[in-house]
Amino acid sequence: MKEALNNILATAKAELSQVAEAKALDEIRVKYLGKKGELTAILKQMGSLSAEERPVIGQLANEIRAHIEDSIAFTGAQLREKLLARRLEEEKLDVTLPGQKSLIGHQHPLNIVLDEIKEIFLGMGFDVVHGPEVELDYYNFEALNLPKDHPARDVQDTFYINDTVLLRTQTSPVQVRTMEQQKPPIRIIAPGRVYRSDEVDATHSPMFHQIEGLVVDKGVTMADLKGTLEVFVKRLYGEDSQVRFRPHHFPFTEPSAELDVMCFHCHGEGCRLCKGEGWIEILGCGMVHPKVLQNCGIDPEIYSGFAFGMGLERIVMRRYNIDDLRLLYDNDIRFLEQF
Amino acid sequence: MNLSMKWLSDYVDIDVTPKQFSDDMTMSGSKVEGYTDEAAEIKNVVVGKLLSVEQHPNADHLVVCMVDVGEGEPIQICTGANNVKAGDIVPVAKHGSTLPGGVNIRKGKLRGMESNGMLCSLEELGLTTHDFPYADAEGIFLLQGEDANHPLGTDICTAIGLNDITVEFEITPNRPDCLSVLGLAREAAVTYNVPLKAKAPVVKGAGDDIANFLKVQVENPQLCPRYMAKVVKNVRIAPSPRWMRERLRASGVRPINNIVDITNYVMLEYGQPMHAADLRYIKDGEIIVRNAHEGEHVTTLDGVERQLTPDMLLITTPETISQVAGIMGSRYSGIQEDTTTVFFESANFNGPSIRSTARKLGMRTESSGKYEKGLDPATCLPAILRACELVELLDAGDVVDGIIDVDHSPKDQRQIKLDPQYINTFLGTENIPERFMREKLAQLGFGLEGDIITVPSYRADVEGKADIAEEVARFYGYNNIPSTIIRGAAAAQLTLRQKFERRLGQLLLSLGLDEITTFSFISPKYYDKIHLPADSALRQSVEILNPLGVDTSVMRTTAVPSMMEVLARNYNYRNMDVRLYEMATEYLPVEGEALPLERNKLILGIYGGQDFFTLKGIIETILENIGIADYDLRQVKDNPIYHPGRCAELIIEGDVVGILGEVHPNVAENYELGNIRCYVADLDVGTLFAHYCADKEYTPLPRFPAAQRDIAVLCDDDLPVQELERAVKNAVGKVLEKIMLFDVYKGSQIPAGKKSVAFNLVLRQPDKTITDEQCEQAMKKALNALNSLGAELRN
Repeated sequence: MKEALNNILATAKAELSQVAEAKALDEIRVKYLGKKGELTAILKQMGSLSAEERPVIGQLANEIRAHIEDSIAFTGAQLREKLLARRLEEEKLDVTLPGQKSLIGHQHPLNIVLDEIKEIFLGMGFDVVHGPEVELDYYNFEALNLPKDHPARDVQDTFYINDTVLLRTQTSPVQVRTMEQQKPPIRIIAPGRVYRSDEVDATHSPMFHQIEGLVVDKGVTMADLKGTLEVFVKRLYGEDSQVRFRPHHFPFTEPSAELDVMCFHCHGEGCRLCKGEGWIEILGCGMVHPKVLQNCGIDPEIYSGFAFGMGLERIVMRRYNIDDLRLLYDNDIRFLEQF
Repeated sequence: MNLSMKWLSDYVDIDVTPKQFSDDMTMSGSKVEGYTDEAAEIKNVVVGKLLSVEQHPNADHLVVCMVDVGEGEPIQICTGANNVKAGDIVPVAKHGSTLPGGVNIRKGKLRGMESNGMLCSLEELGLTTHDFPYADAEGIFLLQGEDANHPLGTDICTAIGLNDITVEFEITPNRPDCLSVLGLAREAAVTYNVPLKAKAPVVKGAGDDIANFLKVQVENPQLCPRYMAKVVKNVRIAPSPRWMRERLRASGVRPINNIVDITNYVMLEYGQPMHAADLRYIKDGEIIVRNAHEGEHVTTLDGVERQLTPDMLLITTPETISQVAGIMGSRYSGIQEDTTTVFFESANFNGPSIRSTARKLGMRTESSGKYEKGLDPATCLPAILRACELVELLDAGDVVDGIIDVDHSPKDQRQIKLDPQYINTFLGTENIPERFMREKLAQLGFGLEGDIITVPSYRADVEGKADIAEEVARFYGYNNIPSTIIRGAAAAQLTLRQKFERRLGQLLLSLGLDEITTFSFISPKYYDKIHLPADSALRQSVEILNPLGVDTSVMRTTAVPSMMEVLARNYNYRNMDVRLYEMATEYLPVEGEALPLERNKLILGIYGGQDFFTLKGIIETILENIGIADYDLRQVKDNPIYHPGRCAELIIEGDVVGILGEVHPNVAENYELGNIRCYVADLDVGTLFAHYCADKEYTPLPRFPAAQRDIAVLCDDDLPVQELERAVKNAVGKVLEKIMLFDVYKGSQIPAGKKSVAFNLVLRQPDKTITDEQCEQAMKKALNALNSLGAELRN
């Protein structure tokens, strides 16, 4: 019997080494360990053994059963691994094939940058306000110290609706409307569309966008104007950007200035981008003219303030290296989807 | 304003590079646009002397010259010019030289004879006979007089004074005083802290009396606050001297003759327009400054006949019009070769009046450009004396004694208190010394007596203490002012409406729509293009009086045409799948109001691989996200923009929010979109916002399982599915958690005029598991409700 048992083990092992699929493994289990299996058949003969032989053979039979079970388990594990390896091999993908993109819209570049600018000023305590685009001459010009025959009106070619109504040429009228409605302290920006009768070309458009800013309170100084706008420029263009304030003239501010940023390309040396000047004009600003405060019912002896205005299109074009302003209003999705 | 640096050096001694000068002037408030060096393009061209001129052995039209260019050995140059002879002093472009226009001169052979350069004509040096009246326009420039009086080999630009630097300034409208050499010199002197070498003009006079020649009557002192005149007799018309021609050239003015040049010279130097008129055309020597008569017309110096209106000021004689005041002379005023007696006019005219006249007549001249900014009447006197001083200096005539001065100009001087404390506080500087302020103001020509500043008449822009602060600040240096943070905290935030609009934008982007930006003005024809009914109130637009063109002539009352244009453009670019939105403003005239209502709209536009339900789905997703659960869509059959069977109004709690639908094929055709279907929605942002619910409340997640049942019914094709849904909801009540349409079918097995509609119902109890019986009951109620609408269970 002992010999028969050892034989079973040897043939079982030999068969297991040949197994290539799960089905064959199952057959082996049934063949050797099943109720009608070879090992069971031998164990059924245990009764014919002597009392001395029975425990010895019994132990051997158990050992062999355990051995075969282990071998089956081991072979099973090997088999699964092999099958998994094959599956994984078969499931290989060309990962360089294109991915499936989700549909997502693209914000207009003007609004991407405008949102960024709004964020910066909100962070500095400026509320965002709006004013009408079809505006009274009074708000657009007269209240801003630009009386009817003022030569500076020539600079801004205006679309008129009638003698007293026009399309605002600047966002500055929102300054006046805000000061009329709200007592200081005032801290606002006013973005919006403005209109000037310029023919459309690569750098001009009869409609474009400006962002106006106004601060009025007791004791607001030109140093505050500088500090505020420097923070703005650094947040918009980076901490290392250099600015300078250059004297200028606006009828509604006194003193007036233009803010230049050192050319990002040549760092002040002068290049084609900055037309050789080394600096790029970003915005106009100044201390609110006492007459303007007065026109809005704010006493210039008690309050002072500063204002600024910038063109959005130029900032956007510079940001993305857009060389033709018309692209912004053409709305070709091949353009829009780049942002 | 172009400033000659040579001219500037008459008034201030500064020694800086043009670049440095430009930077410094810009930073003190006189913006420099750029500068040009007259000599920049001319290199290696020298004064040479022709030692011999021989016929070229191999060419009839060439001569061979031996030229002394100061290098010891003469050089040989061949030329085709026929005006040269031995002994002539000429400009010689040597081997390796450059000329204006980027011309390079190299040695070579001409018909076998060596030629080591080129003899230059005026034109080749970029000049004309206006610059050098004695020179031959065609042939070689034969130098004469002082031009020729240089060592051979001298650089030609130095020799003939072609070496000025012109700095171009951008002068802001508040500073007409800086439209002059003197004004800019004053700014330069203060910038560099050097004295201004200004000198009062001195006129010797040649006797006689102006009263014997001229009398002036000013009828309208409002438009002509000051009129001054001087007479010059025995006029000797000749070219003006080189120094004057040089400066005019550098300033961009063409030299003509001594008298005309003097008027231009004084205008550039003092900023005061100056007019010279031939006295023989002034009948009885009588000048009347008056308004034009109705119907009057004049032929101006440029040969154009111009119609005049009574608001225009004229300088006239009893018989003729001599000048449109401050703008241009008539043909009866010009200086001729044989002019013998002239009078100089130095007048002050009302700026706005000049501006209006120049605009109406469509002629802006150098003179009107200055007058319209508002000039200082006090400058009339030094300017006219300067002109007479120059007449004497140039020996251009004999200055008659006496001066006519009809002066109605205001003489009051503006006074402002100097308040150093205020200035420092206002600027945020605290430490600009009063001494510095006084010094700069004095240098700028302000008077100072104690604390009282007297503003000079040429600085009409300085009106109050803020202006004084600016004068101090710009010379102190804007960039020396510290940078500080505004005192006090400010809590800013977007308004609820602004947050709502931002949220809308985010939703639209996440739904795959691209944002567009369009012009607010459109063509009135666009209303026809979208088939807006002829009697639609939306055809009443705000119209622009002076539009650039019809396409941008009215403010849109609907932003739909703008969207259609963009869809059409994209289709034309062959962009196939397009989903767009715009937060657009519409401008609606309001009866009795000066300004229109500006209304915000959300316009959606899509085409390609989408249908009506794509558009509706976008809108429904948005509504769900902004907390609007209750809304209706009502079929609209009569809006001509849209397909009558595929258009609906969106209604929220009785408010019409807007409309959505497929664009009517006829409208699409107008945009050449006939081959595709496109879909547009037009929603009012304000109404949406009114129903916006920013606050959301959490509903506990269900703790008990739900049951699902399907039901399919057959009903009339015209019966809206929404009605079926609503009936089921009402009938089943609370246990109905959700009802979802999953099939609508028409076709075989369905009778004509009918459709099959199938729903999936989710049924749930909040507090226990729903039983089969309860489900059956619910389904019975649902079916009853459907039956009552004429829908029958389909097996």
